[in-house]
Amino acid sequence: MEEADAQTVEENAPVAAFPWLPEGCEAMADGEYDAIVMGTGLKECIMSGLLSTMGKKVLHVDRNNYYGADSASLNLSNLYAKFNGGAEPPQQFYEALGHNRDFNVDLIPKCIMACGKLVKMLLHTKVTRYLEFKSLDASYVYRNGKVYKVPATATEALSSSLLGLFEKRRFRKFLMYVANYEHGNPKTYEGHDLTKETMNELYEKFGLEKATREFVGHAMALRLDDKYLDEPALPAFEAIKLYCYSLDRYGKSPYIYPMYGLGGLPEGFSRLCAIHGGTFMLNRSIDEVLFDKDGKAWGVRGGNQVAKADIVLGDPSYFPNKRTKVGRVVRSICFLSHPIPNTNNAESLQIIIPAAQVGRTHDIYVVMVSNSHQVTAPGKYVAICSTTVETDNPTTELEPALAILGSIMTKFDDVVDLYEPANGDGSQDHCFISTSFDATSHFETTSNDVLDLYFKVTGARLDLTINADSTKGDY
Amino acid sequence: MASGTGRVCHFKLVLLGDTAVGKSCLVVRFVRDEFFEFQEPTIGAAFLTQSVNLENATVKFEIWDTAGQERYRSLAPMYYRGAAAAIVVYDITNKESFNGAKSWVKELQRRGDPNVVIALAGNKADLHTKRRVEYEEAQKYAEENCILHMETSAKNATNVKDLFREIGEVMYVIDLNQMSRQLGSCPNPLLNQKGKHFRSYREPKNNDNKACC
Repeated sequence: MEEADAQTVEENAPVAAFPWLPEGCEAMADGEYDAIVMGTGLKECIMSGLLSTMGKKVLHVDRNNYYGADSASLNLSNLYAKFNGGAEPPQQFYEALGHNRDFNVDLIPKCIMACGKLVKMLLHTKVTRYLEFKSLDASYVYRNGKVYKVPATATEALSSSLLGLFEKRRFRKFLMYVANYEHGNPKTYEGHDLTKETMNELYEKFGLEKATREFVGHAMALRLDDKYLDEPALPAFEAIKLYCYSLDRYGKSPYIYPMYGLGGLPEGFSRLCAIHGGTFMLNRSIDEVLFDKDGKAWGVRGGNQVAKADIVLGDPSYFPNKRTKVGRVVRSICFLSHPIPNTNNAESLQIIIPAAQVGRTHDIYVVMVSNSHQVTAPGKYVAICSTTVETDNPTTELEPALAILGSIMTKFDDVVDLYEPANGDGSQDHCFISTSFDATSHFETTSNDVLDLYFKVTGARLDLTINADSTKGDY
Repeated sequence: MASGTGRVCHFKLVLLGDTAVGKSCLVVRFVRDEFFEFQEPTIGAAFLTQSVNLENATVKFEIWDTAGQERYRSLAPMYYRGAAAAIVVYDITNKESFNGAKSWVKELQRRGDPNVVIALAGNKADLHTKRRVEYEEAQKYAEENCILHMETSAKNATNVKDLFREIGEVMYVIDLNQMSRQLGSCPNPLLNQKGKHFRSYREPKNNDNKACC
């Protein structure tokens, strides 16, 4: 197919010889671009979408023949092939699970905070036009081997079996303080200065128990560890506020999730880029990034084709010499024929297992979705468990999560290295590298990475002042 | 344009075909009744909407252009998803583009909705002196594959409205759970479902298969 494509290009757009082309090489696509983006993961697609709407000429390539890179949603055959060295699944695999095309299984499980930064980016770019979202049924937290719905409203606080009788009232009072607090309006501070006071001190003043602090910090503020307790309370407090605000918007959980899987997100941003003139090449391996004598990137080479650009951007897999390994993530993609037990038959949900509950340093996350979001065949559920690796035996680290899923039909385990860019802000070498997707089950860290990347590339902050509540002008 | 007669049906329609066969020109002619000899390769619109008024109904198309992603065969699954109709375009002066159209039909059948209504459009019909694809050959292929076929010219507007109208009629008939008059004699698997599986694009949060109106 690649050959045929190359031929079509030759016929339709005869390529002029560029003076910068190395000997024996020809131009890749149109040859000269403002930016070359490698990998069609969500972060790269948001970046190429934003760059092309700014008027930059973008070439976007991916070595795979599908969109999404690490953040793709795969059908059964692609999923099976990925974990079995490219092999076709046996017939029994389909017989057990269902039609290939009914499945869109995420490789990276995450949920979208309904009023979070990713939604703001989707609204800002109007990519919402291409996608349809549905809220997640519930958000759960694990305690002492059982799962409980996260009580995030005053009513839920009073009825939750997660809290003792007196604690219910204290927690309710805390939630009301969160709801009324408005940063910049001292009348709502009730004597607290959250820029100075630590979160621990705030918890203390409301008399919240340790167990309550645990789920507030991990399942609502979505903190990755307990460092936040001794830091000024405001960032975590704002995160709790965002959680409550997002929940208030849809009622069932603060999370939304796209129909047909998260893979639609990079696809949507890629369409945005294409509409503004971006060129897309899937199934196109890049052999090397090309540097000038000062070590500044000026282009990329794949086979004997070369493209030139000032900005070279991509996920860490395209920059093997400019990345640092910062850890590992273990993920287990589990197929079930039933909802997760004790979750009120939720069709979709998130469960957070706070680290301290299972004697770990990092939380364990579970995201389960199903046919209600068109990601599985009817009657099938896919639960993806993930955590940051802490031992030499990563798959056993997920056991507490697997234990709450009930019987598992089949599962795929994956242990991946996490990378961060090792080239500073990219101003020296013009390489702009994203970080790998972490273990968290939401997009807040992902969004921050995109905003950082945007700042590195453009020198400006992305204006996200658009209110995530506002859908005016989207259609 | 919509006069609001009777029912209004909404459908997503996608364009497919090799680069430079005139996909965007067809859309621009249909939607804005304009033609540009040197249309930019992309049209800079997320999607365009246009309606066809039938006797008893209005069929409203949400038209998705490839935005150039067909150039290296890099269309996202999102493009095919939920498309109730597709126009596969070739250039009658370019034999290769007709072979391309056949492969796009296959691609559509593989990746799209099993019941998608397909129309084959032989564009640039005004350039008939440079013709490389005979009408009969394309017509035979269309009949064998139970798809609509028409030769069009975005430049002089020949058959453009008719093409969309014809698709609109098929969509409407399918929507009414009836056999299509045009394709009635054709043992067309896509019509056996009688529109049961057609769903209007972006129907509010309801995943059940149901008709659009």
